[in-house]
Amino acid sequence: MPQHTFTVNGEQVTVDAEDNVRLLWVLRDLLGITGPKYGCGINVCKACTSHINGKAFNPCAVPVSKIKPSDEITTIEGVADPDTGELHPMQQAWLERDVSQCGYCQPGQIMAAIAKVRKVKAEGREISDADLDEIRNICRCGTYSRIREAIKSAAEKM
Amino acid sequence: MAGEHPTPDASPQGMRRRRFLGYLLAAPTLAVAAQVGAGAANPGTASAVVPSLPGPADILDLGDALTLAAAPTANLITITIERDGTATFAVPRAEVGQGITTTVAMLIAEELDLPLDKVNVPLADARPELVFNQLTGGSNSVRSLYDPVRTAAAIARARLLATAAARWNVDVGALSVRAGVVIGPNGQQADYGSLTEAAASTSTEQVSAEPKPPGQFTLVGTPQSRIDALEAVTGKKQFTMDLRVPGAKPTMVCRPPTINGTVRAVHNAAEVEAMPGITDVTVISTGVAVRGETFGQCIDAVRALRVDWGPGTVDGESDETVLSKLKAATLPAAVPPLLTKSLDAEFVFDFSSNSALETNCAIADVRADRAEIWSGLKSPIVAQEQIAARLGLPVSAVKVHVVTGGGSFGRKLFSDAALEAAEISRKIGKPVKLMWHRADDSRHGRAHPMSVSRIRANYSAGNVVSFEHRHTSVETDFGHGLGEILTSVAARLPVGDVSFSQTVFLLSQSNPYHLGATTQTLNEVPLKFHTGSMRNVYSPNVVCARELVIDALAEKLGKDPVAFRRELLKEDRFRAVLDKLVEVGEWGRPMPEGTAQGVGFHLEYKSVSAVLVEIDCRPETVNREIRDAVTGPRVTKAVGVVDAGLPINPRGLEAQMIGCINDGIALALTSSLHVEDGLPLEASWDNYFYTRQWNTPPEMRVVVMPPTTGVPGGAGELGVASSLAAVASAYGRATATMPTRFPINHATLSFEPKPKVPPVPASPVDGLKYAQ
Repeated sequence: MPQHTFTVNGEQVTVDAEDNVRLLWVLRDLLGITGPKYGCGINVCKACTSHINGKAFNPCAVPVSKIKPSDEITTIEGVADPDTGELHPMQQAWLERDVSQCGYCQPGQIMAAIAKVRKVKAEGREISDADLDEIRNICRCGTYSRIREAIKSAAEKM
Repeated sequence: MAGEHPTPDASPQGMRRRRFLGYLLAAPTLAVAAQVGAGAANPGTASAVVPSLPGPADILDLGDALTLAAAPTANLITITIERDGTATFAVPRAEVGQGITTTVAMLIAEELDLPLDKVNVPLADARPELVFNQLTGGSNSVRSLYDPVRTAAAIARARLLATAAARWNVDVGALSVRAGVVIGPNGQQADYGSLTEAAASTSTEQVSAEPKPPGQFTLVGTPQSRIDALEAVTGKKQFTMDLRVPGAKPTMVCRPPTINGTVRAVHNAAEVEAMPGITDVTVISTGVAVRGETFGQCIDAVRALRVDWGPGTVDGESDETVLSKLKAATLPAAVPPLLTKSLDAEFVFDFSSNSALETNCAIADVRADRAEIWSGLKSPIVAQEQIAARLGLPVSAVKVHVVTGGGSFGRKLFSDAALEAAEISRKIGKPVKLMWHRADDSRHGRAHPMSVSRIRANYSAGNVVSFEHRHTSVETDFGHGLGEILTSVAARLPVGDVSFSQTVFLLSQSNPYHLGATTQTLNEVPLKFHTGSMRNVYSPNVVCARELVIDALAEKLGKDPVAFRRELLKEDRFRAVLDKLVEVGEWGRPMPEGTAQGVGFHLEYKSVSAVLVEIDCRPETVNREIRDAVTGPRVTKAVGVVDAGLPINPRGLEAQMIGCINDGIALALTSSLHVEDGLPLEASWDNYFYTRQWNTPPEMRVVVMPPTTGVPGGAGELGVASSLAAVASAYGRATATMPTRFPINHATLSFEPKPKVPPVPASPVDGLKYAQ
């Protein structure tokens, strides 16, 4: 079986998997990294949102063979400060606003939010309602307004 | 039997202090117990003073019925004080996002004067001895647990204090408690953990306790964050599919192209079993199960299967055939418009899906002589009994663990995945981790059935003199055990001999208005879709229809719609909620053409909610384009006001209202199932348009009213009805046409349906293209 090597949450991993197995299942079923959630498997609900080299992406729609040895994958488990364990400002903001209800989509929401703020800042802008309207992650509990408040608050600290 | 024993003395706040019975249990550390249901029912307290003839829900509503049904069979729920000073209570309910664990922890922390983070609230396994007392539904959890939990905690507190008093040889009255530490008159200190062994009882005995009256609460009633928030934001919160059970490998099911279709033959089972990673292929009652190393490989295997399918139960049915059956079954209005003017209206509500983000899933490990199940279950005892019956095992040999659920909205009242997982595990003789694909969840999962609501209101000389409401629905499945409870209760109700569904309907449909002679009836058409209760059950549709007619009546009578409601409302408590809504929502402020405000009002679970929204229906908004999305009218502002009687956690209640408002927006504008030839066309979130960030109101405000009744009402779902009604009303005003079919975009199919065979779509491979 083919072997695949890449970095997840700061650690290099090598895993045996068929080339076409989507990264989500390599993470969840083979590596036991369960922060990224399954909600649709077709890159629509965004519950599995993680980062590849700092950009938000959806591992349910990427065959593991497309991940290069130099690629750095970050899941919700890897966004807190690795040395101090201090939460990411986005996670802090989530706690301050008590955003989560069932919590199932929230790892993906937080990962999408972090990448969104980074992108907007790189463009030299403040986060706007129009930016927030573009976030595609579904929350079936309907926590959207607290998500919006948390992102705006975290953006000031990122 | 435990019971309520009012004592003559009243608290300084005038709240009646009540004494309850509970138990000290024989245990190594202090363990106390109370009966669920004891003293929890208060039939008649909230609405007994209405001057007109009360409806059944005014006398005894659904929550009271559940609570009463629990009382005679109730068994004990236990709080234990651990050696580390924490308190543990395994709650016999499901946490699915509604915040029940936080609420219960607050009640315990309050009574024990213990910091909130020192209360552990895991979910109890299925406990068959609790009979009716382990069902999560009807917004009844807090209502039924409020008194028993406080009673048990009060017994524990008294016992710990007595133990400290004896140790220090002082009077109990000289002791105080601060943050779980008992403090003596000479500054002595003892942490609960240091007292628990001495406080433990060697025999089980009945004792009584007086929980704090609400006037003395210091934690309950204050906004608190969820006790599981940190786990949620760090990815540590574990759902069923995150659990590692030895040998339980990913498993999925290839499902039929029509609801309840069956397998006639599988043409390539051996070929599929030889696919990479696949370990098993087997035919089950609901399709063909595959098990493998990863879910990705299971998806490939499901897609590769070639199956001959037999017919299902509703193969010939589509939206229009169902609708014509509903209309044919709708009872005509009975009150003729003699000497009065009459307003007739009819509304259609399409099928909608509760679609939790976590799809149906369960882990099962079935052996010859026993079985163990893990799943998010709101009626775990029913699941346990059904699984035992199907496997031919005694109930005691089936262990059912209730796992935190990733949303429910009614879906988890049914144990579809748990039953299926048990069947597969038995069949192949191995543990399985079963997950439904999203497409399965959309097409074969439970749905809120289509309904038709017909109303005739007669009015004369500025007054409404009669209001007849005939609601007709595809039958709702209450096969999860709620029916059993209600049958026993229904016989004692002044509603006569009615079906389970009619009982639920009659017990839940309170009408907050004086509308003259009022009748509300439910008629059901028996079609075998997969149906179930969806958040707020009948109320969203029934209340939306009623509120739109109230708007129409106001217009006929030349009155402001909010002033008209204010006139009609039966109680001051209701008017206070409406008045707050008018104030915070700025009802009546000038709005540009194509935009408008709307209000919805709802009374249920002894709670009241009112919602005001502003909607933008101007072409530049309606026609804005977003990839693979439904845009349409935008709710730009939403204000919710809720009176839950005695709010336990206002922050949690606000969260529930925010969710309810987004649900109401979806039901009014975008989310429905299109049934065609026996199957919904919707197969994922790019077809089923639940509210998204581009639909949600940028401005959202929720007001939680201060305590009114002194007892907690239901809170988890009541805002759905008022929100749907408010959005529908605003849309009607903005477009100058009363909408009559919901959601309003149902007639437009906004997506290309995915194939029915194979039943699940392939996973894309171009995900990196969208990295940003």
